[in-house]
Amino acid sequence: MRVASGQGFWGDDLEAPVRQVEGGPIDYLVLDYLAEVTMSILRKQRAKDPAAGYARDFVSLMARIFPACVERRIRVVSNAGGVNPHGCAEGLVAAGRDAGVAGRAKVGLVTGDDLMERLDALLHAGHELRHMESGRPLADVRGYVRSANVYLGAGPIVEALRRGAGVVLTGRAIDAALTYAPLVYEFDWAMDDYDLLAAGVVAGHINECGAQCTGGNCLVDWWKIPDLASVGFPIVEASADGSFVVTKHPWTGGWVTRASVTEQLLYEIGDPRAYLGPDVAADFTSIELLDDGPDRVRVRGVTGRPPPEKLKVSVAYAAGWKSVGTLTYAWPDAAAKARAGEEVLRRRLDRLGLGFQEIHTELVGWSSTHGPLAGEPGADIPEVQLRFAVRADERAPVERFTREVAPLVLTGPPSVTGYATGRPRVDEIVAFWPALIDRSAVEPHVSVEIRDV
Amino acid sequence: MRRVQLVHLAHARSGDKGDTANVGVIAYDPAHYPLLVEQLTPERVREHLAPLVAGEVERFELPRLHALNFLLHRALGGGGTISLRTDAQGKVLSTAVLRMEIDVPDDVATAVRGRGRVPLGWSPTEEPRR
Repeated sequence: MRVASGQGFWGDDLEAPVRQVEGGPIDYLVLDYLAEVTMSILRKQRAKDPAAGYARDFVSLMARIFPACVERRIRVVSNAGGVNPHGCAEGLVAAGRDAGVAGRAKVGLVTGDDLMERLDALLHAGHELRHMESGRPLADVRGYVRSANVYLGAGPIVEALRRGAGVVLTGRAIDAALTYAPLVYEFDWAMDDYDLLAAGVVAGHINECGAQCTGGNCLVDWWKIPDLASVGFPIVEASADGSFVVTKHPWTGGWVTRASVTEQLLYEIGDPRAYLGPDVAADFTSIELLDDGPDRVRVRGVTGRPPPEKLKVSVAYAAGWKSVGTLTYAWPDAAAKARAGEEVLRRRLDRLGLGFQEIHTELVGWSSTHGPLAGEPGADIPEVQLRFAVRADERAPVERFTREVAPLVLTGPPSVTGYATGRPRVDEIVAFWPALIDRSAVEPHVSVEIRDV
Repeated sequence: MRRVQLVHLAHARSGDKGDTANVGVIAYDPAHYPLLVEQLTPERVREHLAPLVAGEVERFELPRLHALNFLLHRALGGGGTISLRTDAQGKVLSTAVLRMEIDVPDDVATAVRGRGRVPLGWSPTEEPRR
């Protein structure tokens, strides 16, 4: 069973899914579009246009690959539905008809992850949705909430596949489920066989960031990695016993090695003994990696335990405003000039009494990534960019800040440039609020619909 | 014993979860994994990263992958979209960890010299070959 990853996030290589379909045999194509902050962006889009709120890139992609997927019996699983899975399904059905596959494919639509409509009812019923780190109840920021979605597991995706869906669309489901739901369905894995489910989660974790396991962002001997310009995206070749091989189409660039796969396994994990999801707690310390020929790494030995009692909720809420301004200072004494410029700007902002929650400055080209670990810049550093960032609850002080950056060019320390792009942009901050919820408050609302193309 | 920079013994990848960053540190040579376990204690990592990380440092061992996973709490200036840092999501915090200096036996120091760094004179236009 070959499950190919075609998209690691919304904004990833648009051609990658096409290369996965055209490049060799695959059984499933999985497309991940949703990062934590994506749901709130989609909700904002839907507020302006009720037909929006999903990953439109997915529909234009399917318009290109739908016929090939139907002919080669490649099933597609994606979370492109965002906050408007019905709208996405309609777009998909129309794209399928235009592409000439009418009557030859079914779309499975998973809903029930979106809590926004019933958020007040949930709070009222005693689901406090406390912040997992700070412990604050969601009621504290209720008025600022923009989206609230539960991370669903494989169950409803499996049901859609059982009912014949060639394309399964979800809203918020855990990224890994897009990969392991097909394995549960094809191999008829029991939802209480935690070792198999954990193996599926590991396969999904490897797949879910696209080329980040096939040579992209790979630190090991990165200068030797062949042809990143046409990097291959990962393909998981899974067996019924839970072992699988990570590989890619043979003519593509990048590489699959134990080191490249290990880097991805360690990406964004917490306690490796219990990588938690809605279906299983996977033990990443059990994973064994073996070389299996060129660009092939075998994964085996994965074990798992029952999942946590509650499901994870991702709430996005408006948390103020921010802006970032930059100016570039040149040799000699570039860093000293930049710091003097920073001081001038801080004094002017202070005099205006704007009341920022935070002011943060960095010298890009010297210390923006490693901070004080970079040591002191020498007097002969050729140039640095002063990066000056502010954050406030209200928009107005941040707006005012954007008018204070350019004047430094004529009123501050010398040898400064790089302001030609105009005033800095003001951005609303939409922050992430992780919480837990009882399964009984979610599961009865999850549904699977099947539509004909 | 000699002091060498971790970059010669290990590679790493980092990511975020709220205001917590994780850094996975992976030994190039599995034989050096015990050295990492011994030298990269949570206390020493915390001390090294003190200017960047406000909270606790937790460490987890993954011996089968000859890797360590560090959780760095309050490491991202509020995290995600709130943080004003260039590296708001801790994508390159991994490389800050690789700056650490650790004590290794002389023969190991000799064996790992130059490992982990791009060779002198390398050019991005020469196409690598397998």
